[in-house]
Amino acid sequence: MCKTELIDLSTVDVILISNYHCMMALPYITEHTGFTGTVYATEPTVQIGRLLMEELVNFIERVPKAQSASLWKNKDIQRLLPSPLKDAVEVSTWRRCYTMQEVNSALSKIQLVGYSQKIELFGAVQVTPLSSGYALGSSNWIIQSHYEKVSYVSGSSLLTTHPQPMDQASLKNSDVLVLTGLTQIPTANPDGMVGEFCSNLALTVRNGGNVLVPCYPSGVIYDLLECLYQYIDSAGLSSVPLYFISPVANSSLEFSQIFAEWLCHNKQSKVYLPEPPFPHAELIQTNKLKHYPSIHGDFSNDFRQPCVVFTGHPSLRFGDVVHFMELWGKSSLNTVIFTEPDFSYLEALAPYQPLAMKCIYCPIDTRLNFIQVSKLLKEVQPLHVVCPEQYTQPPPAQSHRMDLMIDCQPPAMSYRRAEVLALPFKRRYEKIEIMPELADSLVPMEIKPGISLATVSAVLHTKDNKHLLQPPPRPAQPTSGKKRKRVSDDVPDCKVLKPLLSGSIPVEQFVQTLEKHGFSDIKVEDTAKGHIVLLQEAETLIQIEEDSTHIICDNDEMLRVRLRDLVLKFLQKF
Amino acid sequence: MPEIRVTPLGAGQDVGRSCILVSIAGKNVMLDCGMHMGFNDDRRFPDFSYITQNGRLTDFLDCVIISHFHLDHCGALPYFSEMVGYDGPIYMTHPTQAICPILLEDYRKIAVDKKGEANFFTSQMIKDCMKKVVAVHLHQTVQVDDELEIKAYYAGHVLGAAMFQIKVGSESVVYTGDYNMTPDRHLGAAWIDKCRPNLLITESTYATTIRDSKRCRERDFLKKVHETVERGGKVLIPVFALGRAQELCILLETFWERMNLKVPIYFSTGLTEKANHYYKLFIPWTNQKIRKTFVQRNMFEFKHIKAFDRAFADNPGPMVVFATPGMLHAGQSLQIFRKWAGNEKNMVIMPGYCVQGTVGHKILSGQRKLEMEGRQVLEVKMQVEYMSFSAHADAKGIMQLVGQAEPESVLLVHGEAKKMEFLKQKIEQELRVSCYMPANGETVTLPTSLSIPVGISLGLLKQEMAQGLLPEAKKPRLLHGTLIMKDSNFRLVSSEQALKELGLAEHQLRFTCRVHLHDTRKEQETALRVYSHLKSILKDHCVQHLPDGSVTVESILIQAAAPSEDPGTKVLLVSWTYQDEELGSFLTSLLKKGLPQALS
Repeated sequence: MCKTELIDLSTVDVILISNYHCMMALPYITEHTGFTGTVYATEPTVQIGRLLMEELVNFIERVPKAQSASLWKNKDIQRLLPSPLKDAVEVSTWRRCYTMQEVNSALSKIQLVGYSQKIELFGAVQVTPLSSGYALGSSNWIIQSHYEKVSYVSGSSLLTTHPQPMDQASLKNSDVLVLTGLTQIPTANPDGMVGEFCSNLALTVRNGGNVLVPCYPSGVIYDLLECLYQYIDSAGLSSVPLYFISPVANSSLEFSQIFAEWLCHNKQSKVYLPEPPFPHAELIQTNKLKHYPSIHGDFSNDFRQPCVVFTGHPSLRFGDVVHFMELWGKSSLNTVIFTEPDFSYLEALAPYQPLAMKCIYCPIDTRLNFIQVSKLLKEVQPLHVVCPEQYTQPPPAQSHRMDLMIDCQPPAMSYRRAEVLALPFKRRYEKIEIMPELADSLVPMEIKPGISLATVSAVLHTKDNKHLLQPPPRPAQPTSGKKRKRVSDDVPDCKVLKPLLSGSIPVEQFVQTLEKHGFSDIKVEDTAKGHIVLLQEAETLIQIEEDSTHIICDNDEMLRVRLRDLVLKFLQKF
Repeated sequence: MPEIRVTPLGAGQDVGRSCILVSIAGKNVMLDCGMHMGFNDDRRFPDFSYITQNGRLTDFLDCVIISHFHLDHCGALPYFSEMVGYDGPIYMTHPTQAICPILLEDYRKIAVDKKGEANFFTSQMIKDCMKKVVAVHLHQTVQVDDELEIKAYYAGHVLGAAMFQIKVGSESVVYTGDYNMTPDRHLGAAWIDKCRPNLLITESTYATTIRDSKRCRERDFLKKVHETVERGGKVLIPVFALGRAQELCILLETFWERMNLKVPIYFSTGLTEKANHYYKLFIPWTNQKIRKTFVQRNMFEFKHIKAFDRAFADNPGPMVVFATPGMLHAGQSLQIFRKWAGNEKNMVIMPGYCVQGTVGHKILSGQRKLEMEGRQVLEVKMQVEYMSFSAHADAKGIMQLVGQAEPESVLLVHGEAKKMEFLKQKIEQELRVSCYMPANGETVTLPTSLSIPVGISLGLLKQEMAQGLLPEAKKPRLLHGTLIMKDSNFRLVSSEQALKELGLAEHQLRFTCRVHLHDTRKEQETALRVYSHLKSILKDHCVQHLPDGSVTVESILIQAAAPSEDPGTKVLLVSWTYQDEELGSFLTSLLKKGLPQALS
C-alpha cells in the first residue's frame, strides 16, 4: 500500500499508471484523500485492472467478517506477536478492502491514453506512455520539458510473449532514468519454467492426479493456455479438462481478444484474417477449456477429474484456490504448481501443512533481469540511473552473486522507502516563442566567429505556462495638452531597461572624436587606472578606465547627451 | 513567408476519389487515395501525374495517409503505389489496415472478373501495397521523420475511421476524412481537441442538410420495412459490407426480436460475414454501449440474420436482403434489384449517398426507366426510398467540429460545389473563419506566421514572472535580454549572463551632474528638503534618506555640497548609471526648477 504521510495527496496533480498490477491501491488514493488530479493509463490497463480489482473485492466479500480486530495494532501488543505480524510496518494505516463502488469511482477518474501519445500537463511538461512489453497495455513513461527528459521504466520485458514489444528507442537521451519493477526471481529463466510447468502438469495428469495452478485472472495465464494449446495434443492430454475459475474468468478471456492493437505482431496479424489473436478461443470452442465464475453452480455439475484448475488468489489466503487446496492436499497424486512470482510459495503453503500433494515452484516472471538491464542501459545511455536501494546490492540470500545487481556508470543513485531524492540535474532553460514581428526587428551582430548576439527588448506574455515574446508597444502619443499635467505624470517608467555596455574606450581616438565634434581645449591627464579627459571650457570631466567611464558635468542636458552618444560609439550594447 | 499549400487531386467540389495534396513547411503529404464510383475510365483515379512531372513519387511525397477503408478514400492505393510507383510509408489505423485489402480485392474482382477490365491492379499488387502500410493508434504521435508528425483522432463514420493532424513545428493541418458527430448504434462520435490548426480540411457531404433526430429516421426505416414485409413484399437494402450494414443489422435484429417476426433477413455472403468478425475483434473502436456489454452479449453475433444464397432471390414470400454494393453500381445488389424492380409490392431502401452515374443515383433522382447493358430497358415499379443513414456530419456537425478544433482557416472537400458554397458562407459569417473550396487541380495557398522557439534562461524568465505577479504588473513591462545565436542553437539570457558567457567585462557608464540651488541652509537641511520634495512627487519610487546625508531615488544618488566661495548656493551632485538614464535626467531637470519655498 502507498505510504501517504510523506505527501499531501490533495496536492498531487497527476498519477501515471504503469500496468494493471500497479494500480491495485488506486481507490485508496482517489477516494477519501482529497486527491483531485488526473490519472493516466492505457485502456487495457484500466479494463484488466478493473477485472483484478473486481476479483479481489468478490473474493473478500464472499467471506464477510462481522467485526475486525484492531487492538493488536497497538504498538506494545504488536511487538509481542509472532512474525510476520511483529515485523509488519505501518499497521495503523492498513485499511479494509475497497468496495466495487469505490473501484468504479476510482476508475472513472482515469483518462485513457495510447502509446506514444504526447500529453501536455499544464503546458509545463509533456508525458508519454511507451510500450513496456510486460503485460497488455503496460507502459513506461517519459516525462519531459523542452530541455529535460526523465524516463520512468517499470515492469518491462524484453521477451516475446503476447504484449507489444518494449519501446526502447524512445528512452534514449534521458537525463534521468528511474528503473524499477525488475524481475522478482532473477535466477529463473521464464522459458525453462514454462517447459517445467508443462512437463510436471503432464506427469501428474497421466498418473491420474489433478493439477492446481494458483494464478491471477489475467497475464501469464494467457501464455500458459497458449503453451497448453500446443502441448496437450502432442502429450496425449486432449481429453483432460482445463478449468478456469474466477468471477472475472469470462471477461478476462473475452477482453484479451479485443486488444489487438496492444499485442505483439504475430497476434496482431491474426486479427487481420480475421481470427481471434489468442488460441484459447479455440480451446473454449472445442470444450477443452471451460470457465466458471466460482466453484458453485455449473462447475459442480461439470467437474471431472483428473483435471487442471486455474484459479486465484495466488497467495492461497482467499478465493476458490483455498477450496482446492483443502480438497486435493491430502493426496500425493495431485500437484500444485506456483507460477506467480509475487508470493513466497513456502509462506503461501505454511497454513496447509502437512501436505501430501506435490508442490512445484515454476515462477514465471518475464520482467527485466540484471543482464537485460545492463544491455538496456548500454542501449539507451541515460545520464543518470535512479533505482530502489535493493537493486544496487546482491540479494541478501545470494550475497556473493555480484551479477545480481545493477552495474552502471556513473553508479545508480538509490532511494529507499519514504525517502526524498533530488534528481541530479538543474533546470536552466525554458522554451519561449519569439513572435515573427519581433524576430524581424532584431539586429544580430557577430561577436565571435559563429556566434551572433542580438539584444532583445520585448513584452513577455505567459499563458498556461507557455511563454511568448511580443514586440514592445509603440511609445504612447502625448495626449493633447488640454488637461493640466501634473509633475508626477512625467516621471519616467524606470522599468524600461537600458542594455548593458561592454568594451573599452581608446583615449586617443576618443579625444580625436571630441575634437571632430567641436570640442576644444581638451586636456588629458593620466591616472593610476586610466585617464581623465578635461573639457575645460565646459567645466566637464570624463574619467576613463578599462571597464568604466564617468562623465561629470554641469546640469546641461544637451551637453551630457552629446558626450554620452560619443562614448557609446565605442561600446557594444547587450 | 512560410505557407501551407493544398491541392485536391480528387474530392475538390466533388464526392469520390478523395485525394488531397498538402505541402507544409517543406513536407509533402498526400491525404487519401480514392477511386470514383461514377466513372469506369481514367477519371476513376486521381491524376497522379500532377504530383511530379518527371520525378519519383517517393522522392516527392513524405507520406501518404488513408483516413478510412471506403474505396473512395483508398481504392486507388495499389494503382498508386504499385503501378505508378510509391515506396514511402502509408499510414492508416489498425482496423483500416485489416479491412482495406479485403475491399480492394473485392473491387478488383468486380472490375476484372466481372467486367473483364485489363490493366487493373492484381491481387499481388494489393499485398505488396499493404506491406508499405504503417498502422497507427488513436492519439499516438507518429514521427514520420524528425520534423513531420501525425496524430489520429476518432472519426466515427466507419470502423477505424480517423481524422489526422499533420504537424511540422508550430504549423499544422487537420484532415477529417469522413466523420460523424453523433454516435450511432455501433460507433461513437468524432472527437478532436482544441488543437488550433492553421487549416482544417473537412468533408462536406451534407453541407446543407440539418438532419432530424436519428430516432425518427430509425423508426421510419423500421416502419417501411415492416409494412412491406407485412403485405408480402421483398425489401432490398443495398449496403457496403462494412459500416451502415452493421448498424442497420443491429437495428433490424432488435426490432425482429421485440416484434417476434419470422420473416427471413439475409445478408449477402462472404464479405459481410467476415466483416462482422472484424467488428467483434475491434470492439474498442465501437461505441460505448457495445464496448460495455460485449462480454455478456456481442452485438455483432446476429440470431435472426442469415447468410444469403443467390437462389433465395426467387423464393416466394416476403424477405429482407442486405446486399453489396451500396450504390447499386455492380455486383449482387444490382442483380437482385433487376429481379425485383418490376414488382410494385417490393421496396428498395437506399441508406446512403449515391455518386452520380450509379444506378442508385439514377433511381433516387426519380428515373424509372433505366438503360442497362445490352440496350435493355429496366422499368422500375418497386418503391424507392432514400434514408440518410450515411454516417457523415451534417451542417450542424461540421460547424461543431470547426468550433472544437478552432482552426485559423477551413477548406472544404468531399461535397458538391453548390452545397459547399452555402456552407462556406455560413462558416465565414458565423465562425468568422476564412473558408476555401478549391476544385480539383486548383491550389490554395495560405501564408502562416511562424514564431521562433528559443530557450530562455530560467533565471531571466523567473525574474520577469516574479515581477509580473506584482500589483503594478498591469502596465506593459519590457523584458530585456540578449539572444545568443550559435549554429542553430538560440538562447535568450540576461545581458549579464551573456557578457559572462562570452568572457566580456561590463563597461559601466556613469553620469554625475551638478545642479546649483539657491539655499542658505546647511547641506544636511538642503538634503532633507530635497528628500521631502522628491518623496512627495515620486510616489511610485523608492526615495530614501541615508544616514550619511545623501538621498537616493532607486539607484540614483543625490548629495548636497557647499562650494566654499558662495554660502548662498548649494550644489547638488546627482549621479546615475547609463541604465538609469531616464530617471536621472528627469531628476536633474526637476531639481533645476528649485525646491518649493515652504516645507510642507
